[in-house]
Amino acid sequence: MFRRERPIPLRGSAAALCNNLSVLQLPTHNLTHFGVVHGPSAQLLSAAPEGVPLAQRQLYAKQGAGVSPPLITQVHWCILPFRVLLVLTSHRGIQMYESDGSVMVYWHALNSGDASPVHAVFARGIAACGHFVCVGTWSGRVLVFDVPVKGPNIALCEELAGHQTPVTDIATEPAQGQDCVADMVTADDSGLLCVWKSGPEFKLLTSIAGFGVPCPSVQLWQGIIAAGYGNGQVRLYEASTGTLHVQINAHARAISALDLAPEVGKLLSAAEDTFVHIWKLSRSPESDNIEVEHCHGECVPDTQVCGARFCDPSGSSFAVTGYDLAEILRFRSV
Amino acid sequence: MSVRTLPLLFLNLGGEMLYILDQRLRAQNIPRDKARKVLNDIISTMFNRKFMEELFKPQELYSKKALRTVYDRLAHASIMRLNQASMDKLYDLMTMAFKYQVLLCPRPKDVLLVTFNHLDAIKEFIRDSPAILHQVDETFWQLTEVYGSLSAGEFQMIRQTLLIFFQDLHIRVSIFLKDRVQNSNGRFVLPVSGPLPWGTEVPGLIRMFNNKGEEVKKVQFRHGGNYVTAPKEGSFELYGDRVLKLGTNMYSVNRPVDTHMSGASKNLASRTEENITPNPLAKEELNFLARLMGGMEIKKPSGPEPGFRLNLFTTDEEEEQAALTRPEELSYEVVNIQATQDQQRNKELARIMGEFEITDQPRWTASKGEDLLAMMDEL
Repeated sequence: MFRRERPIPLRGSAAALCNNLSVLQLPTHNLTHFGVVHGPSAQLLSAAPEGVPLAQRQLYAKQGAGVSPPLITQVHWCILPFRVLLVLTSHRGIQMYESDGSVMVYWHALNSGDASPVHAVFARGIAACGHFVCVGTWSGRVLVFDVPVKGPNIALCEELAGHQTPVTDIATEPAQGQDCVADMVTADDSGLLCVWKSGPEFKLLTSIAGFGVPCPSVQLWQGIIAAGYGNGQVRLYEASTGTLHVQINAHARAISALDLAPEVGKLLSAAEDTFVHIWKLSRSPESDNIEVEHCHGECVPDTQVCGARFCDPSGSSFAVTGYDLAEILRFRSV
Repeated sequence: MSVRTLPLLFLNLGGEMLYILDQRLRAQNIPRDKARKVLNDIISTMFNRKFMEELFKPQELYSKKALRTVYDRLAHASIMRLNQASMDKLYDLMTMAFKYQVLLCPRPKDVLLVTFNHLDAIKEFIRDSPAILHQVDETFWQLTEVYGSLSAGEFQMIRQTLLIFFQDLHIRVSIFLKDRVQNSNGRFVLPVSGPLPWGTEVPGLIRMFNNKGEEVKKVQFRHGGNYVTAPKEGSFELYGDRVLKLGTNMYSVNRPVDTHMSGASKNLASRTEENITPNPLAKEELNFLARLMGGMEIKKPSGPEPGFRLNLFTTDEEEEQAALTRPEELSYEVVNIQATQDQQRNKELARIMGEFEITDQPRWTASKGEDLLAMMDEL
């Protein structure tokens, strides 16, 4: 069972974007950092366990030509081997900050050169993979940035072509050291998933076809891909082969966010149907088939959930944001 | 966000405006032929071909304030006049109604069915005017051409763009409160029962497959909601059953137009911010707006038909009171558009204002270009 804890107030409400909550846990300081997109601005805040916000910061997308200020599409903390960067994507480009958002260390402008005027140009989908930061774009390309141990000498080192429609989300997990292990999955608006092996040159291992609905959120855990779709389904695939193992009719509306608690293999799914569900992933000891069990369902009344994250690696607490809602709701297991 | 959003926003808000005006025209006992003339004039201005051309060009959305000027102009395209308080109320009702429809839209693509519901109802208003009917049908075909081929992902982005436009708007509408679809804090009720979106299966089932793709296990779980599958998909044809009721006319003689305006919501921080912060892009927005409104042709009234004033409130006293007590954070006042020097735009604005001269409002008679600016300042 989960109990609702004191919500954390936000200065502005959360925008209706998928994966609109990023959480960074810093166990050393007993502080949790939250990042939420409001629209033209994003808010970062850190909170003590009681939910009292301590430090707050507003970030804005770099200006450009246009009628209105550019909208932010996502904020996400990237945990690299020697540093943590906060990455912000918008309709203008990609901004990388030191983890507290104080200093912008890198800016990459999106090139709309070959875009037809009917397409919006934006970046979306952020993940760290080894010492790389990978960011998806409107064109389907995934940009790979090489990040040095310190300093601003971040360089675009590769552009991955696998998607034909805008990238929605990227999931990674630390490689286990063996050969040919999938450690990155990218998803797009058509529901297509691409499975990659990172390295000095990224390699496309396999792709999993979509079925006409977008895949707004994807996760990767011990070789299992969890994908959440626009028709409310969650599907689990074997990353190495792309084989479908589990299909869950999980939600009544489009899924907006997935998250994983890596220590225990728990999956969090959140959707526009006001529900959040927690699942336990496992492998059958006999057949090695992927299995799943429903652990918990929580209704957040009258809230179109747009972001949800576990707040600790064991999955005993999670936080939720909703469209038009100016607070972060928190839940803890009892 | 999506540059394909403006036509849907404009047409649906316009549809809601017509529902409200129709209801108020009846309530105020305006003679039938006069009321019909008003709706005909507004609809033919709204679906003017040149204006539709501008509207369908890929472009970003305008701010709520800027878009209001477009409807202000549209509402005055005939012999009917609305004063500030009534216009405010009209715009509040329109925006909250369409916000509700976008929020409850089952699939993002269904926002097109909501639009078709509005067009169907508009065609009913003008069923005796073949020329205007033809204009509306042309817009239908334009919608089909532009939106018919969009993917689910593109519709999702359109819906997100619309929701961002309506973010932080929590005005309480009595018809919604009475129907219990809006809570007293201004947030809408999201049902956890009823029909699912087309193509979505009832949540509550887990299916597991082996390596060969054979189903090896089926498990039920408790989702918490109580849904049924959609009976059929709504029709995207010119004539057809849209199935979806969102976007149909919710007003009737027994369900009058009314808003609760007092203390709209306690969470207006970001909205206030929008109103106070001078937008450095306001000048550019004005250029776009001038181009768009340039396409809106206002016909000169034929003959000396007397005009009349429509009141969105039950009595004149109520209207006056509303004007005095409107919360500051809800005012559509545009602060400091320092763009009056721009010669080229002035010319364009002057041309547009030329069409405005048919209005009988004395404040619009001075230097024309400055007047549109002044008018925006007043909103």
